[in-house]
Amino acid sequence: MFTPLYKFDFFGVEISFVVAVIIGIMFGFTLERAGFGDAKKLAHQFYFRDMTVLKVMFTAIIVAMIGTLLLNLVGILDMSLIYLNPTYLGPQIAGGVIMGIGFVIGGYCPGTSLVASATGKVDGFIYIAGALFGMLIFGETFPLFQDFTVSGFMGNAKLTDLLGLTPGVVAFLIILMALGMFWGAEILEKKFGAEES
Amino acid sequence: MQDTKEKYWSPYVAGFVLGLVLLATFVVMGRGLGASGAMMRTVTYVVDTVSPEHVDNNSYFAKYAGGDKNPLSNWLVFEVVGVILGGLLSGLMAGRFKWKTEHGPRITPKGRWAYAFLGGGIMGFGARLALGCTSGQALSGGATLATGSWAFMMVMFASGYVVAYFVRKQWI
Repeated sequence: MFTPLYKFDFFGVEISFVVAVIIGIMFGFTLERAGFGDAKKLAHQFYFRDMTVLKVMFTAIIVAMIGTLLLNLVGILDMSLIYLNPTYLGPQIAGGVIMGIGFVIGGYCPGTSLVASATGKVDGFIYIAGALFGMLIFGETFPLFQDFTVSGFMGNAKLTDLLGLTPGVVAFLIILMALGMFWGAEILEKKFGAEES
Repeated sequence: MQDTKEKYWSPYVAGFVLGLVLLATFVVMGRGLGASGAMMRTVTYVVDTVSPEHVDNNSYFAKYAGGDKNPLSNWLVFEVVGVILGGLLSGLMAGRFKWKTEHGPRITPKGRWAYAFLGGGIMGFGARLALGCTSGQALSGGATLATGSWAFMMVMFASGYVVAYFVRKQWI
C-alpha cells in the first residue's frame, strides 16, 4: 500500500495546498455542472420536483465508497489512514435538524452557496454573509453548550461496526438502497416535476 | 426563452464525476472534501484581526487561531478557493454567469434575500454544531461509512422535508 500519497510523505504541506486548490477547482466545477449553483434547483428537492441533489449525492457516495474498497482490495489504498469523521450523535443529530431547516429557508448549503456566488447569484452572496454570521454566533455562544457538543461520543464508529457486517455487504446494501431511491426519485419527478418549464 | 446556455450534466454523470473527485481526494490526501470549515476559519481570522485576546479567551476560536496560529493556513481554505474558481470557470464556460437573484414566482428578490440571510445564518450555526456540512459530513463521511455522518445526513433531509411545507411560498 502506498496511498493516501500525503500520508506516505510523497509531498509536504506546501504542495498539499496546491493540491487543495486543484481538487477544489474540480469540486466546484462539478457542483456547478450538476446545477447546484441554482437555489431553486436545490430547494425543489424538498418538493419532489427535482431530485438532482439526492441522485448526485448518492451516486457520488457510491462511486467513492466502491473506489476506496476496490483500491484497498488490490493493495493500493490503506483505508485506515483516511480521515474518518468521529461520531458525536448529540450535536450531529441536532445540527442535522438545524441544517435541514436552514437548507429549505436559505436554498443552499455552504458549498453550493460558494458556487452560486461564483456564478453571480446575489442570494448566494447574502447566504454566505448569513452563514458567516451564524458561525460567529456559534463561536461566541460555544461556552454555553460546550458539554452538548461532545455528547453521544462513539469514537470512530462505522456502519460496519453498528450493523456487524463486512464493508462489502454494507456497500452492497447502500447500493441497493440508493437504486431504490433513484427509482423512487424518477417516479416523483414525473409526478411533481411536470409543471417545470 | 432558450438561449445559448449549456445544459447541466445528467445528475448521475455529475454524481459519478463528483465521486471520482472525492475518491481522488481520499487517495491523494487521505481526507475528504469540505466547505463550512473554511468559512469558520474566515470568521475566526476576522475576529483574530479585531481582537486576538478575544480569540485566546474563547476555547472554540482558540482551536483555530489561538496564540500565533493563522486560521487561514489550512488545507480546506485552499480547497474552498479552488471551489470558487472551479464554479466560476464552469459558469463562464457554460454561459451561465449572470448577476441575478434566484427566487420562486411568489416572492420578491428582496424577500428572497431575507430568507437567504436567515437560512444561511441557521445553517452556519448548524454546520458548526454538526462538525461539518453537506460536503464534510454527508458526502465525505457518508462514503467512509462514518456512523454519525449517516445519522446527520438522514436527519438533515428529514428535517428539510418537514419544514419545506411552511416555506413553500418562497419556492413554488
